[in-house]
Amino acid sequence: MTMQLDIDKDLDALTLIVVATFDHPVEEVWDLYADPRKLERWWGPPTYPATVVEHDLTAGGTVHYYMTSPEGEQHHGRWDVLDVDAPTSFSILDKFADADGNPADGMPEATMRLSIAGTSGGAQMTAVTTYASREALEQVLAMGMEEGLRTSMAQMDGVLAGA
Amino acid sequence: MMLDDAQIDRLFHALADATRRDIVRRTVEGELSVTALAEGYPISFAAVQKHVAVLERVGLVTKSRHGRELRVRSELQSVERARHALDELAEAWQGRVQRMSDLLDTPTDTTTGE
Repeated sequence: MTMQLDIDKDLDALTLIVVATFDHPVEEVWDLYADPRKLERWWGPPTYPATVVEHDLTAGGTVHYYMTSPEGEQHHGRWDVLDVDAPTSFSILDKFADADGNPADGMPEATMRLSIAGTSGGAQMTAVTTYASREALEQVLAMGMEEGLRTSMAQMDGVLAGA
Repeated sequence: MMLDDAQIDRLFHALADATRRDIVRRTVEGELSVTALAEGYPISFAAVQKHVAVLERVGLVTKSRHGRELRVRSELQSVERARHALDELAEAWQGRVQRMSDLLDTPTDTTTGE
């Protein structure tokens, strides 16, 4: 397995650019998003596993999921799908949601543009996430994202150590 | 990347002056009026205003008007928090990409997802 990862942070544009290269074809990488059963196996950290409730990855469609904390608490999120060009790109608005999947009022949202390009040995995925304001970013931090991520990193160390 | 060379040059130029560094330090805790700032330095009010303008151009401070008072506030904390938040998001994606990679390498099992 070869996997390359580059992450760029743009503090002025409040944007995170993730570029990952996989030695698997474009369609297989696309399936990680397009197949809800696959999506829920990688979107949330192992300690906050994701469950996809609704999955309509078409323009105007909605993806509703929740992540379950170690204490059993459910944190809901949704994607409002803006445009899709399978199997190479889509754009979404990433939002917090209530238990019914409705957008939570006054919560920050981010735009994510995803694209997958074929390479000689496989596929390159680019995910560009942009927040509208510093306040929105800070609010995401305040939502306790931090704690969940720390545990996810700890799990990742375990994965790498076992490799 | 975060800043290009020209931006870094401007930032360093802005911070190359002791009075300007002091203005940034004094306004980190909370906003101060230009008048209050000027009282701390043996230079004219206009000179303090010029220093504030240099800092404002590179985004180290912001100014806001409250009635007749012009208040200055350092943006360092908010920049720091934004950096921290993006760091967290980067960590989340590191985990995700690792799991995506593991999943791609997992031979397809017999369960057929719809």
